[in-house]
Amino acid sequence: MMGLLVQGVLLGGYYAILAAGLAFLYSVMGIINLAHGALAVVAAYMLLLFSQMTGMSPFVGLLLVLPAMAVIGVIVERGIFEPSSRGGPLLAVLATFGMSVVIDNLLFQQFGANTQSLANFIGDLSWDSWDLGGGLYVGKISVYTFLTAVFVLGGLQLLLTFTPVGRAIRATAQDSDTAGLIGLDARRIRMISSAIAFITIGIAGAALGMRSSFSPYAGGALLLFAFQATVIGGTATVWGTLIGGIILGLAQTLGAQIAPQGFLIGGNLVFFAVLFIRLLRGDMNWRSVLRLNRKATQ
Amino acid sequence: MNPSYRIERWTTASRISVWVFALLFLAACFLSQSGNDSLLSRGVVLFVYVLLAATWNALAGFAGLMSVGQQAFFGLGAYFAIRLSDSGVPVFAAMGLSAIIVAALSWPMSIVMLRLKDGEFAIGMWVLASLCHLLVNLDPLIQGETGISLIALNAYDPETRRVILFLFALVSTTAVLGFLFFLLQSRFGTALQAIRDNDEAAGSLGVNVLKAKRLIFVFAAFGGAIAGALWLGANISFQPKTYFGVQWSAYMIFMVLVGGIGTFEGAILGAIVFFIIETFFAAFGVWYLIGLGTAAIVFSLVFPQGIWGTVVRKWNLHLLPIGRRLSISNEK
Repeated sequence: MMGLLVQGVLLGGYYAILAAGLAFLYSVMGIINLAHGALAVVAAYMLLLFSQMTGMSPFVGLLLVLPAMAVIGVIVERGIFEPSSRGGPLLAVLATFGMSVVIDNLLFQQFGANTQSLANFIGDLSWDSWDLGGGLYVGKISVYTFLTAVFVLGGLQLLLTFTPVGRAIRATAQDSDTAGLIGLDARRIRMISSAIAFITIGIAGAALGMRSSFSPYAGGALLLFAFQATVIGGTATVWGTLIGGIILGLAQTLGAQIAPQGFLIGGNLVFFAVLFIRLLRGDMNWRSVLRLNRKATQ
Repeated sequence: MNPSYRIERWTTASRISVWVFALLFLAACFLSQSGNDSLLSRGVVLFVYVLLAATWNALAGFAGLMSVGQQAFFGLGAYFAIRLSDSGVPVFAAMGLSAIIVAALSWPMSIVMLRLKDGEFAIGMWVLASLCHLLVNLDPLIQGETGISLIALNAYDPETRRVILFLFALVSTTAVLGFLFFLLQSRFGTALQAIRDNDEAAGSLGVNVLKAKRLIFVFAAFGGAIAGALWLGANISFQPKTYFGVQWSAYMIFMVLVGGIGTFEGAILGAIVFFIIETFFAAFGVWYLIGLGTAAIVFSLVFPQGIWGTVVRKWNLHLLPIGRRLSISNEK
């Protein structure tokens, strides 16, 4: 039982990384990116290609792939996010959904239906575990993923709270017109925000590839996990994403104990239960990351 | 000079087009007796597309609710048709009844889902679809992803089956479109368009926004379920993965975006365009899907009015008397 709880919590760390970029883009730009999962799969494939071609570890590959993701983030912001959000939030939903269809099928066209993994390129790490005593083992990769989640979310929090760029991002998110009046270039800020979000997507892609396997159409499921974690945890801080991820991870791990299909059903049921509780309590606030930071500046 | 004005609903174009619709309906009835099998089965496919496009358009175009989870109702429609037929309900009655059950189920779902806004609603619906998919897989009758066939259809010989299915599709599509048409013509239609343009403003003018959205949500669920049941009737086999797949949402989005979101005629036009494209290009597989996705991006970025929206804007042509127009003439 203890083992299950630990497993669930660590799985939650993975979902928190996955959700970080989705929540960040939504809270600072108001965009729900339906291609989020597909982009994480793209990053995983880029790492795979790097390791296959050079024979080097995907950790080295991150040095290339993360900047590449940032560039893609800027391109997507200029080409899709910005033009579509001018026509209202609904068009952005459609445009990013179209983008996910294109990405999924291009990946399928390029790489075929085979499932791939980065596990072969990270040596012992993929199966090594620590013995915690009492028959309790935790996988090293799961622990590292969890620590990365804490690092990524903490980094975003520090960036938004303490750096000039972070202040500019928050100002633009609150009121881009007024931010423009005081000399902030909203277009540049949006590009930076998008680049940051895409870097976290790149990290999520690495976690995906090293922990498990992926295939061209995996993006949809990843988007749903990220979304569920974000909505479940959507309370007062950036750490809500981590809490949401952990709750989702626990629900799935415990669900899987009841029935094989229980893994996904457990997660979905918790998601709807949280929605229902919010319905009863009458609060439904997802953009609260900003609210916290507003407090921090006051 | 004394400007006088009239408010009119019916125009010459709309009078003609209502007659054309009536004639098309009669023509389709005659067609069902032609005995041309491939024509009849392709006809059912077209009706399914029209149903999906019209109901998705009602959701997105009129109620401002973008859903990428309508496959939930499509799949449930097929599932309940099989479930009911397995428990002894005559097969075509099971198909109709199934849509009513799904509509009834969608009511409580709407209470939770309508709390979500914009993109949250879109993905939330996707989660709902995935939950429905998983729960249907739990039914031992379905045998997980293996699926099952609608065996009860074998009671009919293939020819009669096709004719009945075609007529069933024709009547249900006409009924759904007709209901939507009268809905939009009523006071309720005006309220809906106000909601689409700005739901907070509509609410402040006394429109019951939540009630209106809920009605459209249930209506769209009913339409999706009928479409799913028809698809099952045409393809006989039920594999959960194909019915609950998100590609159905991609098709709906494509049809409505291309045809013209928020216009009654546009959704039908989009369904016809999609039907033609699918007939000629579906064989290209992956590239066909890439093309659909690209079209969705391009239309939403540079051409959000779609084909029919552009027609309306350019020539002020309305084939159906849904809105009202003001004509001002100067009299001495």
